[in-house]
Amino acid sequence: MLDGRGLIRRRAGARLWLSGLWLALFVLAAVLAPLISPQDPLAQDLMLERLPPAWMAGSEPGYWLGTDSLGRDVLTRIIYGAQVALAVALVAGLATCLIGSALGLVAGFYRGWADRIISRIVDIWMAFPPVLFAILLIAVLGTGLSSVILAIVIIDWTRFCRVVRAETLNQSKMDYVHSAKVAGFTRLRTLLSEILPNVLPTIVALLTLEMGIAIIVEAILSFVNLSISTDQSTWGGMIAEGRTSIHQAWWVLVFPLIALFFTVLSFAQFGEGLRERFDPVLR
Amino acid sequence: MSGFLEIRGLSARLAGTGQRLLRSVDISLPAGSVRGLVGESGAGKSMIGKAVLGVLPKAVEIVEGEILLDEQDLLKVPPAERRRLIGAKAALIPQDPLTALNPSRRIGPQITDRLVDILGWEKARAASRALEVLVEVSIPEPERVMRLYPHELSGGMRQRILIASAFAAEPKLIVADEPTTALDVTVQKQILKLISQLQARHGTALLFVTHDLGVVSKVCDTLSVLYAGKVVEDTTVQRFFAAPQHPYSQALLAATPRHTDPAASLQPVPQAVIDAAMAEVAADDAAWRPQGGAHG
Amino acid sequence: MADTIFQVSDLRVDVPDMTRKPLFGAAPRLEILKGVSFDIARGTVLGIVGGSGSGKTTLGRTLVRLVEPSAGRLLFDGQDITHLSDADMRALRPRIQMIFQDPMSSLNPRLTVGRTIAAPLGAGAGDPRVKAALEQVGLPAAFARRYPHELSGGQRQRVGIARAIAMRPDFILADEIVSGLDVSSQAQVLMLLEQLVVELGLTLVFISHDLSVIRRLCSRVIVLRSGEIVEDAATADLFERPQHAYTRELLDAIPIPDPSVRW
Ligand SMILES: Nc1ncnc2c1ncn2[C@@H]1O[C@H](COP(=O)(O)OP(=O)(O)OP(=O)(O)O)[C@@H](O)[C@H]1O
Ligand SMILES: Nc1ncnc2c1ncn2[C@@H]1O[C@H](COP(=O)(O)OP(=O)(O)OP(=O)(O)O)[C@@H](O)[C@H]1O
Ligand SMILES: [Mg+2]
Ligand SMILES: [Mg+2]
Repeated sequence: MLDGRGLIRRRAGARLWLSGLWLALFVLAAVLAPLISPQDPLAQDLMLERLPPAWMAGSEPGYWLGTDSLGRDVLTRIIYGAQVALAVALVAGLATCLIGSALGLVAGFYRGWADRIISRIVDIWMAFPPVLFAILLIAVLGTGLSSVILAIVIIDWTRFCRVVRAETLNQSKMDYVHSAKVAGFTRLRTLLSEILPNVLPTIVALLTLEMGIAIIVEAILSFVNLSISTDQSTWGGMIAEGRTSIHQAWWVLVFPLIALFFTVLSFAQFGEGLRERFDPVLR
Repeated sequence: MSGFLEIRGLSARLAGTGQRLLRSVDISLPAGSVRGLVGESGAGKSMIGKAVLGVLPKAVEIVEGEILLDEQDLLKVPPAERRRLIGAKAALIPQDPLTALNPSRRIGPQITDRLVDILGWEKARAASRALEVLVEVSIPEPERVMRLYPHELSGGMRQRILIASAFAAEPKLIVADEPTTALDVTVQKQILKLISQLQARHGTALLFVTHDLGVVSKVCDTLSVLYAGKVVEDTTVQRFFAAPQHPYSQALLAATPRHTDPAASLQPVPQAVIDAAMAEVAADDAAWRPQGGAHG
Repeated sequence: MADTIFQVSDLRVDVPDMTRKPLFGAAPRLEILKGVSFDIARGTVLGIVGGSGSGKTTLGRTLVRLVEPSAGRLLFDGQDITHLSDADMRALRPRIQMIFQDPMSSLNPRLTVGRTIAAPLGAGAGDPRVKAALEQVGLPAAFARRYPHELSGGQRQRVGIARAIAMRPDFILADEIVSGLDVSSQAQVLMLLEQLVVELGLTLVFISHDLSVIRRLCSRVIVLRSGEIVEDAATADLFERPQHAYTRELLDAIPIPDPSVRW
């Protein structure tokens, strides 16, 4: 092998496996939280406040990543926080993807008035600054997990819609679409069986990206205390709390941040990896 | 004297199955000369062109050999450096005009981008150069065409856009993969004359993939006949048309239609010739041991 | 004119010229076909030649109703299909096929060759008709599992041909289908088409730049120039006694495969 192509491919495989491994851990942690957590996520014990992680002096056995200023176990709260993150990633990610992609496919393929209406709405939507929009929506919808998810869907479907519409438009100009018409396919069948497989790689990449974004948005909303009640543990909430005691107990801030960072990164890498592995054109 | 482009003992195979696609290909192309590359469909002509320009599909891996461009082995330099070398010195006229153009962008920027991005030209200079080359490939109303999208052009116009865009940067090597298949004969004649002129004026080396032996006889100096990834004949155009050596070349020449003579035209290459050529290739494979390759 | 499959009269096509569109109001129209009329007899091969951009592909696409004519009349088998709706047209689709000029973009990049050929038949990729069609165009049956980008240009072109003939249509519009093939594969495809014409009564419209192929295959030839028919003659007449100067120019420009003949 002279040109190192094999090397590149091996790295692409590693990308898929490493990110997949992290995401599997993430999902397992969320699903099995009550079984695997070393402590009770809400148990406060002022005797145990601000314990350092296990490998540092003054730590207490059973509290691997230390405790926060109320004496709650950090590892346990990260594991429970994964539940919220997973729910947000799945529900908000999929709903955003479905709505945005469906509208994008329709606008890009059928054109005409459907396209004009959808595109106009998208333009107006995107004129709002997203963070303000989110805060406004939460103010109207009230706090809580479902409001957060709803807010993410309402704001982010436009991202899918725009990209999918553009890609569908490009694909529609290809002769294979005309060829399907000559073969006697109905418009709907052409859209679903000819165009969709070619837009799907784009949709998958966007979806995994969106799952990461949803987690970040939830964390931001938790951070500004607009998400879920404070006794439910969320990564954003932990980061917000950790920030106040950064000098005394850095671990309360750093570990949820690491969990957040790797999860968001893994989602994006997983999408890329899936494409490289399963898209016949790239393979 | 060694050529501007020297391919030596190039072998390539499919990564998955290990099937050989190129079998120790040798091709030498001095600056300012034109080499034709002919052979049956699927013989690996486009593969050679793609290997030279470093755009082989992922599934194809080079097993051994050298590709010397201006005396530098492209397979030995790091990928970034290779891309720079190729970008500065060579250009490809690809086989599929429609898929080679971005459907959602206008023609003009698609020509000028390369000049601006890779060669660092100013926008205005690139634009006027684009206009100039479009005129040279006789695109009517070039200013208007620059503002059209690819699907608004006819097949032949798209092909001329790609020819123009390859010549725009005045590269030292052009690999032209069936550049005139979608052109009518009058435009083809004009373009081929233009290519010959440009090529002679700038001393460009041209690797010309085609199925049309008529075209070969008009523009090429030398010729490689490819069969199943193996060069079965490497000769000058004069000698090829006077007395082709390999049975496959002879059959190819015999099968070539002449519109002046409707009776004696277009027949498949006889099965006996194909069988003999395949046997030759198989014998070749049996004797082949890749140097340093992981092949069993 | 008893057995005419297509009757084309005064067919016109124009498109909006977006590059000349004023800021407000409609774009001016650009005429691509300027009133062409001809008939196609059933079971014959009609050649269409003409310069690049003369409107051959547009004419072909109008015949198979991919392009909406702006004026004129189009009769298929006696039925007026000029402005037939998509839904009504669908009933006729299996009988009217087109093979496209650009092989790569006319194959779905993410479907295997087998599925591409089988889908219009309403069959699965393993259908024996898929294998038969591939073999007829000279491709191994194993190619059914490949994706278009795993084929050479000529192999893709033959997949397009296989798909059209697998449907056993009455009419095929072949847009520049052999120019990407070596002469041997060309001969094979042309013999196959000739056989379908003779044995199954297929009608073929054959757009090509290659006059030697036209001469070999077609019984009648139309010469198109800037959207107008400049010559319409039996093949032998056209080649022996070209009437129009443009036709003569086309004939003169054919490269004779002989380095000693000046061009
Ligand atoms: N990605 C791929 N995977 C597997 N096989 C491939 C791939 N790309 C090309 N091939 C095979 O490699 C061979 C050489 O292809 P190539 O495109 O070089 O042919 P060619 O000589 O240019 O033919 P044509 O004249 O038809 O364009 C073909 O048999 C083709 O089927
Ligand atoms: N959608 C469109 N919008 C604008 N112009 C178009 C459109 N489609 C075709 N044209 C123009 O119509 C003319 C005829 O195109 P057509 O594709 O029919 O030519 P052709 O005879 O097939 O040429 P070639 O041999 O090069 O394929 C060209 O000048 C082309 O630019
Ligand atoms: Mg090729
Ligand atoms: Mg055309």
